[in-house]
Amino acid sequence: MRRRTVITGAGPISALGVGIDAHWDAMQSGRTGLAPMTSFDPGWYTCHVAGELDADRFKVRSVVPKSYRKAVKVMCRDVELAVGAAADAVVHSNLSTPGVDHESGFPIPPERLGCHIGAGLIAADVNELTVAFSSSRGDDGEVDLATWGTSGMENLTPLWLLKYLPNMLACHVTIVHDCRGPSNTITCAESSSALSLGESMRVIERGSADACLSGGAESKLNPLNYYRQHSAGRLADARDLEPGDVVRPFAENALGTALGEGGGLLVIEALDHCTERGGTPMAEVRGYAATQSPTHDGLGADADDIAAAITMALRDADLDPADIDAVVPFGCGIPVVDRAEAEAIKRVFGDRAEELELVLTVPYTGNCNAGNGTIQIAIACRCLQEQALPARLNTGSVECGLKAGTRAAGPASLRNMLVLSASQGGQNTAVVLGRCE
Amino acid sequence: MSDRRRIVITGAGWVTPMGHDLESVWQRLLAGETDVAPIDRFDASTFPTTFASQVRDYDWTGFVENPTMHGRPGMHTQFALGAARQAWDASGLGDSELDRHRVGIYLGAGEGVLDFTSYQRTSLKAWNADAGQVDTVQWGDAASRHLDGIGEIEQEPNMPASHISREFGIRGPVYNCLTACAASTQAIGEAASILQRGDADVMVSGGTHTMLHVLGITGFNRLTAMSTRNDSPQTASRPFSRSRDGFVMGEGSGIIVMETLEHAEARGANILAELRGFGSTADAYRITDMHPEGRGPGDAIRQALANAGIDPSQRLDDGRPPVHYISAHGTSTSENDSIETKAVKRVFGDLAGEIPMTSIKSMMGHLICAAGAVEFITCLMILRDQMIPPTINLDEPDPELDLDYVPNVKREAAVDTCLSNSFGFGGQNDTLVVSRF
Repeated sequence: MRRRTVITGAGPISALGVGIDAHWDAMQSGRTGLAPMTSFDPGWYTCHVAGELDADRFKVRSVVPKSYRKAVKVMCRDVELAVGAAADAVVHSNLSTPGVDHESGFPIPPERLGCHIGAGLIAADVNELTVAFSSSRGDDGEVDLATWGTSGMENLTPLWLLKYLPNMLACHVTIVHDCRGPSNTITCAESSSALSLGESMRVIERGSADACLSGGAESKLNPLNYYRQHSAGRLADARDLEPGDVVRPFAENALGTALGEGGGLLVIEALDHCTERGGTPMAEVRGYAATQSPTHDGLGADADDIAAAITMALRDADLDPADIDAVVPFGCGIPVVDRAEAEAIKRVFGDRAEELELVLTVPYTGNCNAGNGTIQIAIACRCLQEQALPARLNTGSVECGLKAGTRAAGPASLRNMLVLSASQGGQNTAVVLGRCE
Repeated sequence: MSDRRRIVITGAGWVTPMGHDLESVWQRLLAGETDVAPIDRFDASTFPTTFASQVRDYDWTGFVENPTMHGRPGMHTQFALGAARQAWDASGLGDSELDRHRVGIYLGAGEGVLDFTSYQRTSLKAWNADAGQVDTVQWGDAASRHLDGIGEIEQEPNMPASHISREFGIRGPVYNCLTACAASTQAIGEAASILQRGDADVMVSGGTHTMLHVLGITGFNRLTAMSTRNDSPQTASRPFSRSRDGFVMGEGSGIIVMETLEHAEARGANILAELRGFGSTADAYRITDMHPEGRGPGDAIRQALANAGIDPSQRLDDGRPPVHYISAHGTSTSENDSIETKAVKRVFGDLAGEIPMTSIKSMMGHLICAAGAVEFITCLMILRDQMIPPTINLDEPDPELDLDYVPNVKREAAVDTCLSNSFGFGGQNDTLVVSRF
């Protein structure tokens, strides 16, 4: 028999704040985190709103141990988010590591703590690079490589490269929290978080760790990555819209997505370990599956493959579609992705699809890319704990036959929930979470 | 462990600086050859390092059924498509009836190549010297004229897997991990875990990467991690030598096809070897340095052996050590080669000196994310031909390093079990154990 895994801590981080309470409270009152973007002037782009976490609410310096403050200067934004979320998740799970001041928590042995973090393709700071470029201009006004090689590159600090490697999220988190078990960095766009959860689950099942910090974090709120998302046609054309009106999941008049910085970390733990230390599970990871949509350009999504992921995850959980009481779809507002996801839900759940409550996170946080799934999973865990659903924001007109329109927060009877993702690149995931009584 | 599904390898392929097919590159490795030479992809003549191990005369279009289906893939994807085609054809899976949702991919692929020419042009056009930053509105405008949107999307690290899924119609679980130099070893180990859990019958695994571009060479030069022996490129990569001064940049891809033994036998596949063990740890020590005693690498090796049911201190009945070859991470940096040697000695004790350990990086350079997979494939060839390729450029042994590195000349040996190490920047350590079937 498989070793059962539960989620015992959730540290989401996004425009809604740091921690599960900040997220839950905002979603109970229906307060979006999307606002006019300030990270840089997005004037050239069609989408001017984003989900940003300002420095008043989060400073990475204040969440790392004093001895580690020096390292903050080699952290890019993505690393800051992961490091901030990790401390929160560890405390929330009532574990104790060298990275947190939480003496009442259970001190997990370093060798038994793993770490799996989804990350994006991180863009180097454009100003830092362009200062160096401008020192190496040739007669034609462009970088002269001969000058670059002799002196220009010296404008970059020796550790420049290490700020932007995707595995630096896990590198810093494992150092701060002394995680010496298996550690990995999954780079599959918006499916990275759930794929990380799947890997943590496998690692725990096979006995290579008792608990893992698992999740993802990303910020594409910089010129290069924003341009890439724009080029891929994923951003909403929303120049004249209010921030809360931009992301319209599953709507006939959906415009595309808006981006947010964020994600978070969860603590995935063996049920036996959690029970032994007297921990409190938020939810059980009952089933998990991943599939691929081999679309022609990597930007599409395919209902067949998303439906297959759901069916396989249900089989993995030994459950029927009738056992699922609510779904947290990716629901990013990109029409081609939403359509495939909606079609897959209808195919698996049949007539029940019309009655199935959907929980939407992207209208609150923006699409947090590699971190997005962690927010979805964290909210689903809290729903199962509270036996309640958050308010649903959606200003679009939903006629696809799914419950994706606006609704108020309220109590609900929830046994199991399904969390979905469909990434740029074609990776799909389905996670079945069950209530822990 | 005894009732665990057994995992076998049924196909392998690579695209390397020493050639683009399995047999010819293998013969060249045995002969101790190398093609390290001055970089000619861009003007690196004034860089601290002016040479590398470069893939040459490679045309990916000859390896795919219909090149137009792939658009304009990035170089990391081009390498991966060639290696995957070789592995897929060798496995004979093309002739089998496959449930496509039971075939997955787990790559350790690096990011693509930043379009340096267009990026610096865009950034310099938008540079406001007085403000010391780019004008992001101008940057977006300049980007739209200079940066190719599709080319930008193709740089994502999950694109090689996306293209492979397209080429072979793969619809099962797809992962990409990016843990620097450990990535493809970790990918193979975790792919095995997916097969063992029963989530797929077949996994295409390995890695692909190139950092042989302006900012890649710049980044490692700033870190002073690369050899600067510009007057003698072909002797620059000299693992375990007293005069080693850094690694030599390589590029390429190695891909294998892995299956459950049950699936391979049912279709009558030609089995190349059995993957018996996997160990994975995090250093959790420092951003830039390895733990001085090789704590993480040692634990990864120990775990992989335990996973394979091998006691490192126990001789076989015929008197040989329990492992007959170690594919070293062996980067030719001062730190790695010394710590790896320490770790191996700590695990194997008195038997360590009896186990040949070589680094093919002495010939091929360091393929970064792809290195582990290419070295794993080398182990498959060693098991087949009972012949060990040398560590070349080892004329001045480091007196501190006293293992059997098979200097300069290949050696015939009875090899039933190999161990393959990869240690990544950022602290991930991964080890695989592979045996004759």
